Amino acid sequence: MTSPSATTAPYTTVIGLEVHVQLQTRTKLFCGCSTSFGAPPNTQVCPTCLGLPGSLPVMNRRAFDLALRSALALNCKIAPFTKWDRKNYFYPDLPKGYQISQYDLPFSSDGSLEVVDPKGEFSRQVGIVRVHLEEDAGKSMHDEAAGVADSRIDLNRTGTPLCEIVSEPDLRSPQEARAWLGELKLLLVYLGVSDCNMQEGSLRVDANVNLHIPRDDGSLAKTPIVEIKNMNSFRSVERALAYEAARQYEEWQATGAELGSAPKQTRGWDDAAGVTRGQRHKEESSDYRYFPEPDLVPVTVSEEQVAAVRAEMGEPPAVLRGQLQETWKISAYDADVLVNQGRDLVSWYEQLARLTGDGKVASNWMQQDVLRTLNERASTIAEFPLEPAAVADIIGRIAKGDFDTSRGREIFAAVVETGKSVAEVVAEMGIAAVDDSDLEALCRELIAANPKIVADVQGGKEQAAGGLIGQAKRKNPNVNPGKVRAMCLELIKRGEA
Amino acid sequence: MSLSRQDVAKVGMLARLALTEADLDRMTGELSKIVEFVSQLSTLDTADVEPLAHPLDTRNVFRDDEPGTSLSTEQALASAPRHDGSCFLVPAVLGESGSA
Amino acid sequence: MQPTELSAIELVAAIRRGDLTARACTEAFLDRIASLDGSINAFLAADRGAAVAQAEKIDARRSAGDPLGPLAGLPVAVKDALCTVDMPTTCGSRMLAGYQPPYDAHTVARLRAADAVIIGKTNMDEFAMGGSNENSAYGPVRNPWDLERAPGGSSGGSAACVAADLAPVAIGSDTGGSIRQPAGLCGVTGFKPTYGRISRRGLVAFASSLDQIGPLARSAADCALVMESIAGHDPGDSTSLAAEVPAYTKLLDEPLTGLRIGRVAAHYGAGLDPEVAAGVEAAFAAFEAAGATIHEVELPHAEYGIPTYYLIAPCEASSNLARYDGVHYGHRAEPERGHRAEPERGHRAEPERGHRAEPGEPAAAYVGEFDSPLVEMYCRSRAEGFGPEVKRRIMLGTYALSAGYYDAFYAKALRVRRLIQQDFLKAFETVDLIAGPVSPTPAFKLGEKTGDPLAMYLVDMYTVGTNLAGIGGISFPCGFTAGGLPIGFQLQGPALAEPLLLRAAHQYQQQTDWHLRRPALAT
Repeated sequence: MTSPSATTAPYTTVIGLEVHVQLQTRTKLFCGCSTSFGAPPNTQVCPTCLGLPGSLPVMNRRAFDLALRSALALNCKIAPFTKWDRKNYFYPDLPKGYQISQYDLPFSSDGSLEVVDPKGEFSRQVGIVRVHLEEDAGKSMHDEAAGVADSRIDLNRTGTPLCEIVSEPDLRSPQEARAWLGELKLLLVYLGVSDCNMQEGSLRVDANVNLHIPRDDGSLAKTPIVEIKNMNSFRSVERALAYEAARQYEEWQATGAELGSAPKQTRGWDDAAGVTRGQRHKEESSDYRYFPEPDLVPVTVSEEQVAAVRAEMGEPPAVLRGQLQETWKISAYDADVLVNQGRDLVSWYEQLARLTGDGKVASNWMQQDVLRTLNERASTIAEFPLEPAAVADIIGRIAKGDFDTSRGREIFAAVVETGKSVAEVVAEMGIAAVDDSDLEALCRELIAANPKIVADVQGGKEQAAGGLIGQAKRKNPNVNPGKVRAMCLELIKRGEA
Repeated sequence: MSLSRQDVAKVGMLARLALTEADLDRMTGELSKIVEFVSQLSTLDTADVEPLAHPLDTRNVFRDDEPGTSLSTEQALASAPRHDGSCFLVPAVLGESGSA
Repeated sequence: MQPTELSAIELVAAIRRGDLTARACTEAFLDRIASLDGSINAFLAADRGAAVAQAEKIDARRSAGDPLGPLAGLPVAVKDALCTVDMPTTCGSRMLAGYQPPYDAHTVARLRAADAVIIGKTNMDEFAMGGSNENSAYGPVRNPWDLERAPGGSSGGSAACVAADLAPVAIGSDTGGSIRQPAGLCGVTGFKPTYGRISRRGLVAFASSLDQIGPLARSAADCALVMESIAGHDPGDSTSLAAEVPAYTKLLDEPLTGLRIGRVAAHYGAGLDPEVAAGVEAAFAAFEAAGATIHEVELPHAEYGIPTYYLIAPCEASSNLARYDGVHYGHRAEPERGHRAEPERGHRAEPERGHRAEPGEPAAAYVGEFDSPLVEMYCRSRAEGFGPEVKRRIMLGTYALSAGYYDAFYAKALRVRRLIQQDFLKAFETVDLIAGPVSPTPAFKLGEKTGDPLAMYLVDMYTVGTNLAGIGGISFPCGFTAGGLPIGFQLQGPALAEPLLLRAAHQYQQQTDWHLRRPALAT
């Protein structure tokens, strides 16, 4: 399939992403220090994550299990034997002078994750080169504005478990890249693997991008690959890629430089300025001198283990979307909206759909009323004061004709507001169902008072009956408009007026 | 097999070891001799030999995801050449971390 | 008899019986250190107050009838490569001058739990790199048998202090022979257990896949006693072995009848001192007399041990020592001369050398330009903090792991390591132990080999194989040269053959008295 930019631009943008996500463990990858975010600097450190002389790592089982879960959800092959390696480089936030990572034998490889635009504009199967498990570095802070000579180093984050997910260069537009990241994040949140909070740095993205430009002779010019760093939101990923594609095209037009003519360049995204800027890159700094980490032992993974992790994994979002469409006969768009809200909201919806027996109506209520309320309150479904049964109750009463949908919405809002039961609110608002004999009396009264409308209806203009409904609601707000209309028409037709 | 002064200077930078002219002279000679000595391994045919990075055949050593004891900030910074009471201090670090 | 003349087993028994107080025992050794160590330089730190206080606590607990640990009151000296919360841990380096760890090494914690008294930290080659103890930033250790000679290394302080009766037991570490070689040159018993038998947690790493802690003592029986307390699984070290720890001291007495000992003809080639060869042959004869049989075995790749070791160990070391960068602990080069803040040093160890400029001296002129003040700080801190041998090995390891050289050097060495391990496995199909010399010569003169790194590397030729294969070895004296220097004998055994190694050495020591000889030291 194609994406919008590919059809309009004179080139194809080729994008691969490298994503790091912090795993949701209580403790770090190799020691018992907390991984929680936001603690005062250097309060979650010990000899191991400080890299003190003589300290040793021991791997966190849960971190490995969560990494395994991620890889399986990304359809990766799981290596039966995996080991860790040291990636050697000097940086003050890396106290050992090496990062424990995986080099030639990552625990998983060769996966894929598809992204489908719910509006049908694109869909893309994106290959996953590998997923591996490594430790995070600490943080260096430098206040350039203050003109201070020193940088401050906080090692609380050092040793937090990270999954590195490397995609194939299969993405073809900045929009696709953003959508794919959204799908990846949703998947990892669904799996309980990571909270993927970009503000807190638990999801970080680097992008590799270049252009394929068809030449007049039919051959393809490929621009040098650029790695973009410092993108702090999905929106900035999209903007940075769009900027970079345009920049590369301009540069190619000016210089004709092609892939292989220079080493891979790293550029940082400046969100405020909306530009990427070249970063200094030393040749020797990328000689990481990987070798097997002698302080850890290898890990073997059996097929039984893989099966066990798979069994407790739950459906990924893509499968869930399909299931919702199939089971509850809702549109792809509606399924996407619901699934994107997370697993808890989906199960809330499914309860509501089961109770009402109508997935479509339940979906409308979820999207129009429940989600709006959650947005207004900036809260989650877990904090929502109503049970699905209460909403099902309202929907049921509407179906029975107790009141119409707009009245039902008022009741919903009142229940949310007051915390009272649906029955209590209905009683307080005086919405007792209007008795059939009362309804008939009301209709007769209106017919008698509106000969013009009666004549119109008799003349074949049934829509004229609408005028009676408005008057009926003014006389008694609790009447069901549909019933008023039906009864009035019947009475007029029977000529009983 | 011998190393040039340039080789040695490059390795020195990679290893973050400042070298004087005298160090470079001495190291170039010494390292060349040592490298020549260890190069005798190349006479062995090891095409069919699996590398042995570690003497143990232990596998799958894990710990539970249970909190352990952390150090106080004071303890963590106790041996730091420079700190401000909450962070380690280093000469200005500009740009991004070298980490992947 | 003076407490300093008793074995560890005798001391523990005397203290348990009440014939000797832990305090008197500790003070006897501390007094001897005070009077003799000025000429030997075996100790980098000794905290008399703390050691005596600990001994007094043990005496009080004994008087109160409280249960005591198996090493109650036994003074133990610990190599300065093991972290101690109450004494600095310098690893023989200027880089870690005055460095105070916030935790005890697992072995130190085990010793304390067994109620041993840690009497001091012993001198060593910087970061355990060396075979003569001349690479210490705090001056060389002198061999108690001849103060002009080296004690061997890297656990030279541990070997010398036992030889001089400054401690009944010392802890060392052995990466390529660093327990066995100095034990051999100092005439004491040094035991390097199977890789993983003793936790490495808190041992400042040199080469992680080779490093192993072990005891040095006067006898194999004393080593067995200490092993019972310090061996065993540590969940904090992923490479620590889970196997049960046998009661080593209870397994010493069985005779050696039927024991098959392998003899490697290739050990007796060029470079082996004839007096050492004669001493070793006499030991073989003694083992035969004790009921063992001697069999020729081959270790076809033994000659590649040194080149293999001198690739693998420096590669791992180049990474293990990257953490000494002046940021989180250790020496940092100050940006401006004259404002240098000297690290505080609580104990007497002062680095003797280093590239530190004295006031008025011009700054070292380094080659090339630094990218940033940070890179300059790294490069200068490391240039000032590390001594020449450590730098050499960091450079060698960095080179051998760098792009373009990895396969030819590091990966090649790992393949040869496999061949060396297979040689041992094959040999142990036909013999129970392999025996031979520990080092090619007796103790050499201080300064004799310092000008030639390669010559120094060859002192490990008989010991590195044990570490490469991850198996155990023990060395002990088997005679003396005409000049009065000890000759060492080494036994190597398969993985977890600790009981057999200790028993074989003990049985030998039941029939000989080489291990009881003491150097004459003027007090």
